[in-house]
Amino acid sequence: MNDAIKQTIAFVKSKKAAARITEPLPVRIILTSLALLFVGLFLVVPLVSVFTMAFNKGMEVYFASLVEQDALSAIKLTLITAAIAVPLNLLFGLTASWAIAKFEFRGKYFLISLIDLPFAVSPVISGFIFVLLFGSHSLLSPWLEAHDIKILFAVPAIVLATVFVTFPFVARELIPVMAANGNEEEEVALTLGAGGWKTFFRVTLPGVKWGLLYGVILCNARAMGEFGAVSVVSGHIRGETATMPLHVEILYNEYNFTAAFAVASLLAMLAVVTLAAKKFVEWKSSGRFTPQLNTERRESGSSGVDL
Amino acid sequence: MTKSIPANEPYYMNLSLKKQSILPGFFPSLGITLLYLSLIVLIPLSTIFLRSAALTFGRFMEIVTAPRVVASFALSFGASLVAAVTNVFIGVLLAWVLVRYKFPGKGLVDALVDLPFALPTAVGGIALTTLYAENGWIGRLLAPLGIIAVFNPLGIVIALIFIGFPFVVRTVQPVLLELDVEIEEAAASLGAGRVQTFVRVVFPSILPAVLTGFVLSFARALGEYGSVVFIAGNMPMKTEIVPLMIMTKLEQFDIPAATAIAFVMLVASFILLLLINFLQWKSGKNLVSG
Repeated sequence: MNDAIKQTIAFVKSKKAAARITEPLPVRIILTSLALLFVGLFLVVPLVSVFTMAFNKGMEVYFASLVEQDALSAIKLTLITAAIAVPLNLLFGLTASWAIAKFEFRGKYFLISLIDLPFAVSPVISGFIFVLLFGSHSLLSPWLEAHDIKILFAVPAIVLATVFVTFPFVARELIPVMAANGNEEEEVALTLGAGGWKTFFRVTLPGVKWGLLYGVILCNARAMGEFGAVSVVSGHIRGETATMPLHVEILYNEYNFTAAFAVASLLAMLAVVTLAAKKFVEWKSSGRFTPQLNTERRESGSSGVDL
Repeated sequence: MTKSIPANEPYYMNLSLKKQSILPGFFPSLGITLLYLSLIVLIPLSTIFLRSAALTFGRFMEIVTAPRVVASFALSFGASLVAAVTNVFIGVLLAWVLVRYKFPGKGLVDALVDLPFALPTAVGGIALTTLYAENGWIGRLLAPLGIIAVFNPLGIVIALIFIGFPFVVRTVQPVLLELDVEIEEAAASLGAGRVQTFVRVVFPSILPAVLTGFVLSFARALGEYGSVVFIAGNMPMKTEIVPLMIMTKLEQFDIPAATAIAFVMLVASFILLLLINFLQWKSGKNLVSG
């Protein structure tokens, strides 16, 4: 009898304790509503407004704004820029993470910090450094002029500024994943007689494919959307050195809001696709690879100002 | 197998650069990494320091203490600070709700938090400006209250909240997930109320992550350009942020002034980067020691 009472009391107590480790229902509802209100006001409304503004004069005006000559050349320039910047930083990311994740050496953490540097620099400064490097006051400028090479206020500087800004993306995703996979499998492959390249392509690369894809997705989004750095070096020549974000700015400053938002809507779609792809990669790799800001990253010492 | 160093002997006991390994390609891959890093990042960045060194100290001080430049520093640091503090509250709230509660559409909300990372800043900038303009969807509701965000410092803060809050969510969220609920149960069974448990038990555990998120969001806000220029209106002395100040000096072909201002900003960024590294190292240590 006594035992039964004791058990009941213990049961009631544990129920009470369980109730106490979460908040009362009204508090939960208020907190959730506040969070949803913020997300609605700061994320959903701006996203929806881009499309509403883009379509407010109808489908015809919308598509006309996109197939117009200057818009098309802006789209083309953005695609070219990303097509150069992303593969370059992908190759760099693979090379750097091989050296950093697979070997122990002096100055490793300092090197990781250096790779993160572009994240800490203001976009305007990221562009400005290339003005200092190639501009008319620079050491290189007499040589460039003598050889008739135009870098600043032309496509090469736009590509360079984009490469700088997107420099760390692939490397910082790959380093923690490659380090977490360890060296054993590669060592086995090598002992069994596989060559270095074969080991890399058959053993290392498959092990980091999701981290690689994740880094490439983020790198590409930033490469296509970069504004500040590109704005400094581009010279804003309509139809020539205007990327999509710069074309949006030009149209907006001309009070051509519908056309500005039409081009902006393409970039917003890119953002939505990026988020979806990011979720997909996280879901596909759940357990094997937890991207960004996780404990692995903290242990590897990588850090920095994101995006 | 080549001879390997005993596991208990630290590699630096051996006087070589790296620990021995049978994996190939260390020197080529490190060499390419250092070369590419130098060409793309280090050499271009060094130009700011080299060009600043060419200025006399008097000239440098004259540039960075000009009233318009001082006003832009005050605005950039002030607005970034206000936004980063706000982001701490918003970020912790969102992280808490996403980790602890269940509600329909939670996965979607979680994915949407990254939108400011993925949306090009210029698009965010024109969208916010249009929304908060006096005839915009939100500005229309605020105007009768006498609140005008566009072309005011308030607008700058709004833009900086937009681009900064995901940093706090994404640093706090994983720590909150790993947090042992048993500790909270223990606190509750010892008679602590929910608020007391949060303040005394949960908050100290997430504090390093909150601080990291705060500094990340502040650092990003300080350098932000695209999402701010449209809503700020860029009036000298009033809504001119530092990155815009650099841009303006450049357009006037005043390279020395642009360089001096950029130098100050770059030093501030490097200090923040060191602080972030320190905070993450600290929180890493906390994880190890339990």
